[in-house]
Amino acid sequence: MADVTLNKLVKTFDRTEAVCGIDLEIANNEFVVLVGPSGCGKSTTLRMIAGLEEITEGDVLIGGRRVNDVPPKDRNIAMVFQNYALYPHMTVAENMSFGLRLRKYPKAEIKQRVVEAADILGIDDLLDRKPRQLSGGQRQRVAMGRSIVRNPEVFLFDEPLSNLDAKLRGQMRIEIKRIHQKVRTTTVYVTHDQVEAMTLADRVVVMNKGRIEQVGSPSDLYHKPSTRFVAGFIGSPAMNFIPCKLVEANGGLAAKVNDTISVPIPADRSDRVRAQVGKELMLGLRPEHIREQRADDGATGVACAVTPDVVEPLGMETMVYFGLNGVEICARVAPEASPNPGTPLTLSIDANRAHLIDPSSDMVL
Amino acid sequence: MATAVAEASVGAGLRASLTRNRRWALIASYASLIVFVIFFLFPPYYMLITSLKTNKEIAELSTNPWIIEKGITFQHYFSLLMDTGFPIYFRNTIIVTICVVAITMVVSILAAYALSRLKFWGAGVLATGVFLTYLVPDSLLFIPLFEIVGALGLLDTYWVLVLVYPTLTVPFCTWIMIGYFSSIPKELDEAALIDGANHMQMLIKVFVPVALPGIIAAMIFAFTVSWASFLYPLAYIFTEDQMVLTVGTVTTLIKGDVFHWGGLMAGALLAAAPPVIIYAFLMDYYIAGLTSGATKG
Repeated sequence: MADVTLNKLVKTFDRTEAVCGIDLEIANNEFVVLVGPSGCGKSTTLRMIAGLEEITEGDVLIGGRRVNDVPPKDRNIAMVFQNYALYPHMTVAENMSFGLRLRKYPKAEIKQRVVEAADILGIDDLLDRKPRQLSGGQRQRVAMGRSIVRNPEVFLFDEPLSNLDAKLRGQMRIEIKRIHQKVRTTTVYVTHDQVEAMTLADRVVVMNKGRIEQVGSPSDLYHKPSTRFVAGFIGSPAMNFIPCKLVEANGGLAAKVNDTISVPIPADRSDRVRAQVGKELMLGLRPEHIREQRADDGATGVACAVTPDVVEPLGMETMVYFGLNGVEICARVAPEASPNPGTPLTLSIDANRAHLIDPSSDMVL
Repeated sequence: MATAVAEASVGAGLRASLTRNRRWALIASYASLIVFVIFFLFPPYYMLITSLKTNKEIAELSTNPWIIEKGITFQHYFSLLMDTGFPIYFRNTIIVTICVVAITMVVSILAAYALSRLKFWGAGVLATGVFLTYLVPDSLLFIPLFEIVGALGLLDTYWVLVLVYPTLTVPFCTWIMIGYFSSIPKELDEAALIDGANHMQMLIKVFVPVALPGIIAAMIFAFTVSWASFLYPLAYIFTEDQMVLTVGTVTTLIKGDVFHWGGLMAGALLAAAPPVIIYAFLMDYYIAGLTSGATKG
């Protein structure tokens, strides 16, 4: 059990900065997910915490102790790798106990810990098998078991589910969450999959180009993104960005998309964006906030007449794609609205959920 | 109905043509394999029947050379084992080979681990350099090496071979092992590192077992070189009790212009037996070692 602190952490590879001075405090027993596109520095950050990558500048503290020069084995961490990294010549039990055997634990204790971990993971009947006799999901469980038996202060996961198929990934995600609830330990989890990030994390750290874009709870990131990158990265399908102009209208402010569509800015946000009046901005709208018109839409529903180009029925919802201001927009409507490509349709934009983004700074206003 | 029948007949036709293709492929494979087997087994066969013929039959030009016409004799084997230094050559060869294989494996495993995993300045150049030294032929090396081993006082003992054979075996074995070690995923050492292994533990407990096919391939190579090398023992050893199989057999059984063919063939067959037996047992490993990293596995 330990907290992890990153202080102005920098990593440079041959003059290229992979991680550009990030600060992060991870509380004891917290599950933090580092998420971002390939090359954003999330894995490098994790590897610096693990001690597998030298730190160019800054500090890593585990449990208040500066570990920059401490070798991985003395950091009391355990890591689960994307390709499992199981020792192919050892049985599952030997794989799990390898670290304990190297540390010369008594045999009885090793056995007890392996059995306990196997029990938690439901791999009791696989202990005598070799990794090649296991399926991908079972291998990943063994890799986790190898970490659990060590009873480390920090768990590190480096894209552990990327090699699994979609169905298994979903199952293992639940499994990891269940294990974290049973074995409360500080966990740092790296993934490029925002669904994994949202479902697993207590807090999500969104990284981009070696920097932290935003840190927050999954719900915060979803509802209150602070940058255009976060707004676009979190959520699937991604948020729509529609060019608009901020104008004064009816005593308040409105984002004018075109002559017919003008989205009023709620009064509580008007003061914050008043300085931008007259500027070209981006209106950020999630697909679920552009939907069919309903009787209870009220004053915040802005009618929007569109002609769908493509309609994707998914069963519980239907995705509607159409062009607006030169960009393709995705809307999520109820299947009962039965939209058809080429047939005009009036949708409703939820003005309360709209975000205004300054394209010059890419910040959400 | 008619369509179904037509489809069925098309399907049957396709299957028939596939079977026909396969039959022809098999016939061609067997035919060419038989040619190869005859080609490669002919020398050992000829050695065997010559070693079992009497001296009189070998010398007689009127008999058929491909078969034994005048009765089998083990006389050549007996005289080889009783009257010549053959058993001593055999013992010397085994000692030299075991020492060379052991030295080669220790040096090349350590070198390959260092060159493939410990990231130090110049590791890549050094790895290429190691391989380049293998490209220098022993026919060029044996003269300068003669001076060196002479100065060390090792001439005319089989220990000189224990010293010089590794100059041939270590570079190539190191090269094989570098390739093999490089094919081991880096995460495996990282996992071992986090599990608490130091470099020696990582090498012995993870790398060596995982790279066993590569190590066996390298061992077979080192074994073959030290078992069958001819030039170095010919150049450095002159006394009979220090000789190894290759040179000993030839110098004992070729006296001037008299060739003891029966004894030579018997000696060659006995000398070739250990490599054949070892190859037969380790062939699968050898092939796995040479093709490592070719596929994801």
